[in-house]
Amino acid sequence: MTDPSSLSPSSSRSAVLGRIRKNLGRAAGPQDAPAEVVTRLANPPRNVMPARGQIPHDQQLNLFVKMAEDVNASVRRVENSDAIVGEVSRYLAEHNQPAVVRLAPDATITGLDWNKTTLETSSGVAGPLDMVSVTPAFAGVAETGSLMLRSSPDQPYTLNMLPDTHIVVVRASQIVGTYEEVWSLQRQSQGRGTMPRTFLWVTGPSRTGDIEQTLQLGAHGPRRLHIILVDDTGETSVGQPD
Amino acid sequence: MENSTSPKFKQNAHDALNDASLQRALGRLKTGFKDKRTAAIAQLPEFEQLRDAARDIKNHTLANLDHYLTAFEANVIANGGHVHWCADAEEARQTVLKICQDKDAKSVLKGKSMISEEIGLNAFLEKQDLKVVETDLGEYIIQLRNEPPSHIIAPAIHVHKEQVADSFRATHKGRDINRPLDEPRELLDEAREVMREHFFAADVGITGANFLIAETGTSVIVTNEGNGDLTQTLSKVHIAIASLEKVVPTLEDASTILRVLARSATGQEMSSYTTFSTGPRRTEDLDGPEEYHVILLDNGRSNMLGTEFQDMLRCIRCAACMNHCPVYGAVGGHAYGWVYPGPMGSVLTPSLIGVEEAGHLPNASTFCGKCEEVCPMRIPLPKMMRHWREREFEKHLGPQSMRFGIQAWAWMASQPKLYQFATGIAARALKLIGGSKRAIRKLPLASGWTDIRDLPAPQGKTFKQLWAEQQAAKKA
Repeated sequence: MTDPSSLSPSSSRSAVLGRIRKNLGRAAGPQDAPAEVVTRLANPPRNVMPARGQIPHDQQLNLFVKMAEDVNASVRRVENSDAIVGEVSRYLAEHNQPAVVRLAPDATITGLDWNKTTLETSSGVAGPLDMVSVTPAFAGVAETGSLMLRSSPDQPYTLNMLPDTHIVVVRASQIVGTYEEVWSLQRQSQGRGTMPRTFLWVTGPSRTGDIEQTLQLGAHGPRRLHIILVDDTGETSVGQPD
Repeated sequence: MENSTSPKFKQNAHDALNDASLQRALGRLKTGFKDKRTAAIAQLPEFEQLRDAARDIKNHTLANLDHYLTAFEANVIANGGHVHWCADAEEARQTVLKICQDKDAKSVLKGKSMISEEIGLNAFLEKQDLKVVETDLGEYIIQLRNEPPSHIIAPAIHVHKEQVADSFRATHKGRDINRPLDEPRELLDEAREVMREHFFAADVGITGANFLIAETGTSVIVTNEGNGDLTQTLSKVHIAIASLEKVVPTLEDASTILRVLARSATGQEMSSYTTFSTGPRRTEDLDGPEEYHVILLDNGRSNMLGTEFQDMLRCIRCAACMNHCPVYGAVGGHAYGWVYPGPMGSVLTPSLIGVEEAGHLPNASTFCGKCEEVCPMRIPLPKMMRHWREREFEKHLGPQSMRFGIQAWAWMASQPKLYQFATGIAARALKLIGGSKRAIRKLPLASGWTDIRDLPAPQGKTFKQLWAEQQAAKKA
C-alpha cells in the first residue's frame, strides 16, 4: 500500500485547514466540532421529502413500476419466488437474448430452481463475454423507480454494469417510498456510518445524449434493465433478501 | 487546462457568432435541457422547498467546512482509503502521478471530471508516458478532437455527428473504412465496443465526485452511461478527485441535493446511476479496486470563504445557468476561454485564475437574471458578477475611456439640476438624430452598440419630464 504521508505532505493539509479556519474567522488550530455538527453526523436529520413517495405500500408498488417504466426499464410482477426463473426465461426468449445467464452468488438467486428451465447458469463476477446477469436488490424506491444495489461477496459489482441485459429481482416488501427510508434500512443492516464498497442507485438502463442530444440507451452499461417484482407477502424466501 | 484564452473573450465571442457550425449546434440547446427541466420540475411540487433545503445544507457545511472535511478524512481512512490534501493544481497532478507510478501503471481510465480539466491532468499524465483514455462518450469525442469541453455536463455539445464519425474513422484503425457511421446509434455502438477493450486493460481509474459524504467517508458520482462505474470498478486503483466544497454532512443531505441535481441538469428525475463508493474492495469481495484514494483539491477555494464569493461554493455543477443563459446560448462554451463557461464560470473563473485574466467574463452578461432564477442552489450569480465588475474597476483593469465615462457619469448623477438639464437636451437631440425611423444608426462614442444594431431613439422627453406632465394632467 502507498503510504499516504509520503504523498501528501501534512503541510498542505494544515495549510488548507488553516486558510479555511482563518477565512471563517476562527482561531487557528484544530478545534472540537460544535454540537450541531456532532449531532448532524450522529443522527442525520431527514430534510424535505416529496409527498409523492409517502403513500400506502400497495400504491408505492404501483408508483415504483410506473417510475421505472418511465425511464425505460421493464417490470414484471410475479406472484412468488417460484415464478422468477420462468420469468427470466420468458424475458430472454422474448428479447431474443442468449439463454446463458450469470447469477449473483447469492442464496436468494442461486437457490432458485434453475433446472426447471433450459437456461445455462453459472455464478460469480461478470466477465467480457457475459451477456445476461441476474442479481438481487437491497431495496427499491418508489419515488423515482430506483433500485438500490449493494456490492458484497454475494453481489459482485460487475454484474450490474458489464452484461447487455441486467435482470434484478426485488421483493414487494423491499419497496419503500423515499431514499431516506433506504438509509435507515442500511444503518439497521450494517450499522451507523458503515457502507459497502459500492452502494448503487439504478434508475433505468445506461443511456447517453452526448451525440447531438439524442437519447440512446446502452451507452457503456446495460442496454436493457428488467425488474422482476416478487409479491412476497406471506412468503418465506429461500435466503435472506440481500 | 491551465492556460486560458479568457483575456481574448471579445474576439472569441465574435468568432463564435460567425461560426455557422457552432451556431447550428447551439440551436439544439434552445429546447433540449431547458424544456426537460421545466417538465421535470412541474412533476415535483416540493421543488422550491428542496432548493431552500439544498442551499441551507451547503451553507451549514461551508460554515463548518474544516470539521466536515476532517470527519470525511477520518472515515475514508477508517474504511481503508487514502486522502491527499492538495493546495493547488501542481500538487494534485504530482499526487496522481505518484499513485500511478507506485502501481507501475501504464494506462489510466477517466470518468468525467471537471476538476481534472481544471488541473490539466490528461496532458500532464500523457507527458509522463501514461496512456489516458476518457470513457464518457462526450469526453472521449473531445479527447479525440484534442479540444476542451464546451459545456460542463455535455462536453461535446458543439460537435455534430458527422464530425464524430470523422474522428472515429481516423482513430479506430483496423475497421472497414466504409462502415456506416451516419447515425448516433452506430457511433455509440462503436464507442462502446472500443471502450470495452480499454476497461479491461486499465491500471488506474480516475473519477470526479459530485459529493463527498463526511458521515461515511464516501464519494459519489452521478452518471448516465455507466462508464464511471466501469472505470472505478475494473481498475486496480480508484482515484476520486474532488474540490473541497464537494463535501456534505450525511447520506440524507446528499439525497436532498440529488433531488434537485438531475432535474436541474438534464431534466431527469434521477440520473441512471448514482454511485456511492466507500473505501477499496472489501477482503471477501470478488471485484472492485484494491486501492481507493481521494484527492482533496483546494486550488483557490479556501480563499473564497468569508468573501462575497463564498456562495459560489454551493455550486453543484448542474449547468442550468448556462443552459438558460442568452450569452452562453449565443457564443457557446469555448469562447469563455477556460474550464468553466456560462454564468457559473463568469463568477468562478476570476476566483480561480484572477480577475486580471478573466475580467471580461463577468461583463459577458445581460443581467437578465435567468441564471439565478434557475440555480437549484440559489446562488446569486448576477450579484456576484457585479462584485467582480467592482473589483475590476478598483484594480483599474477596464479601458481608460470606460473609466472616464463612468467617472463622468457618476459626477453628473450627483448634480441633479445639471443632470436633468443635460439629459433633457440629450433626449431631444437623440430624437432629432433618430428622425422618422426613430432609430440611430451611428453615434460617436457608441460604436460598440451601433456597429451591430440600431439604437432606438428616445421620443424626446426624459422620464422626469413625462412624469411631471402626467401628474399635472391628473390635477387639471
